[in-house]
Amino acid sequence: MSQALSLRNLSPRNMGWHVSPVGVLAACVIAFWAVMAMVGPWIAPHPPGQIVDYDFFGPLSAEYPLGTDYLGRDMLSRVLAGARFTVGISLAAVMLACTAGIVLGMAAAVLGGWTDTAISRVLDAVSSIPSKLFGLVVVAAIGSSIPVLIGVLAVVYTPGSYRFARALAVNVNTMDYVTVARARGERTAYLIRAEIMPNILGPVLADMGLRFVFIVLMLSGLSFLGLGVQPPNADWGSLVRENMGGLSFGAPAVIMPSIAIATLTISVNLLIDNLPTRIRDRSE
Amino acid sequence: MNPQVLTLILGRIGVAVVTLLIVSLIVFAATEMLPGDVVQILLGQAATPEAVAGLRQAMNLDQPAIMRFAGWLGGLAQGDLGHSYANRMAVAELIGGRLANTLKLAALTAGFSVPIALMLGITTAIWRGSLFDRAVSSIVVAVISVPEFLVATLAVLVFAVWLGWLPALSFGGDTSDIWAVLRAYAMPVITLSFVVSAQMIRMTRAAVIETLKAPYVEMAFLKGASRSRMVLRHALPNAIGPIVNAMALSLSYLLGGVIIVETIFNYPGIAKLMVDAVSTRDLPLIQGCAMIFCLGYLTLITIADVVAILANPRLRH
Repeated sequence: MSQALSLRNLSPRNMGWHVSPVGVLAACVIAFWAVMAMVGPWIAPHPPGQIVDYDFFGPLSAEYPLGTDYLGRDMLSRVLAGARFTVGISLAAVMLACTAGIVLGMAAAVLGGWTDTAISRVLDAVSSIPSKLFGLVVVAAIGSSIPVLIGVLAVVYTPGSYRFARALAVNVNTMDYVTVARARGERTAYLIRAEIMPNILGPVLADMGLRFVFIVLMLSGLSFLGLGVQPPNADWGSLVRENMGGLSFGAPAVIMPSIAIATLTISVNLLIDNLPTRIRDRSE
Repeated sequence: MNPQVLTLILGRIGVAVVTLLIVSLIVFAATEMLPGDVVQILLGQAATPEAVAGLRQAMNLDQPAIMRFAGWLGGLAQGDLGHSYANRMAVAELIGGRLANTLKLAALTAGFSVPIALMLGITTAIWRGSLFDRAVSSIVVAVISVPEFLVATLAVLVFAVWLGWLPALSFGGDTSDIWAVLRAYAMPVITLSFVVSAQMIRMTRAAVIETLKAPYVEMAFLKGASRSRMVLRHALPNAIGPIVNAMALSLSYLLGGVIIVETIFNYPGIAKLMVDAVSTRDLPLIQGCAMIFCLGYLTLITIADVVAILANPRLRH
């Protein structure tokens, strides 16, 4: 890092903060969907639940830019309304999963001993159930509602986040400055908050992005099986499901929500791959 | 094989068995929470309270949950999965044929995707950074980051709608014509192969590249070994462990994949059976299917771990 810190080379590129054009593009797509999730229902040209066209599986037209669905509802409005469910539920679930995973992971690394063993064993058992199967059984058992979906997705993805955060925190935990802080007599909460967390934050945030993609995929999968967001509401997975009938003649109603999912998940993946090295790499 | 490694492997299998027990408890508890009284559903609204109580007793539903769990576990150990609530048939009998169908699908997919993924994973690692590598890696990222049903939808659009080569959503059933059978299996196998290969290529490539970073490989390069000799002779033997590990882990993605793919293509496999059982609240059937899925998953994960232990002496301590 000495070269990067010399005054002559003080530009973002050399500081490790450079973002590639692909990363910028990906960030724009993500920002677009984030804004749509917030304002989508207000700027939709038609009410998402209203049948506006007598023709079903209508083609792209000036009045219905993305065509109409199997009941003749405007697809553009439905995709915009769906953004709120897909992005909102996934975001809530990833927040819960990663907060739990990171806090537990750091606690396990700092405390060590049987606390570490106990937390690790329990979360290992949870992660040895295939996630789709777990989601399927639990959602079918308690019935599907938005809080249940968020809870199930959070539980399924906590172990992975825990394992990642713990592995990073264990490395930081052996650093001299942590030993010094411990010798000073700092409390565990202080060690976690002031010594460990700032040093694992970057990679942990990148991992959170990946987990967000997994959660979007699983939510869409559940909705596709009819166990996700229930009618009359629809997220993008449900939109694909309800319009499957149009697949055999390539109706835009099946393709458009699919494109929406793909643009969001691929963009998040690309953004993480192109993150500035200072954020992505483990702190040096 | 020295006794130390043997103990380690036996320990790993022991952990898998304990995990399976915990999983069975979770599966049992989750299905217990299914809303609706099975007896009421079976007998209908007009049932007298006496009839309800009688059937409840006959089905052992009057016992506390922990007793039923013990009974179910005991039956499980003897291969008795209980009887379906919906049609009183033995669960083992219901699952049997369906399981064979799913295994056929999985075997075909593995047979297709493993050689292709191995080849692409190793070649992309050899020509890392080339146009070929970047093209394959981009496709892999795209396939990994979209849901399975999207890959299936695309496959139907391309092969059935635009090219018209394959039937869209039908499964032929019993046909003697080998060509018809192949056509019927093609769509689900193509979809699953795409999803599983993408995972495998990514992990194989990472495993080979990791080995290529080792100092002894650099030494071989400095000696003047060609790039392909360096990979095939020097790096690959040491990467086999991680690669087999990656294969087993990727094949476990099959389990999640079949649930979606069997539903889309209406394929009469065990995942479809389970999704249907969920909608009819058929507890013993759901429990049986779930246990088979977890057993398959744990088997693959354990194989991956054992291979990792065998391949990497450093993990033995």
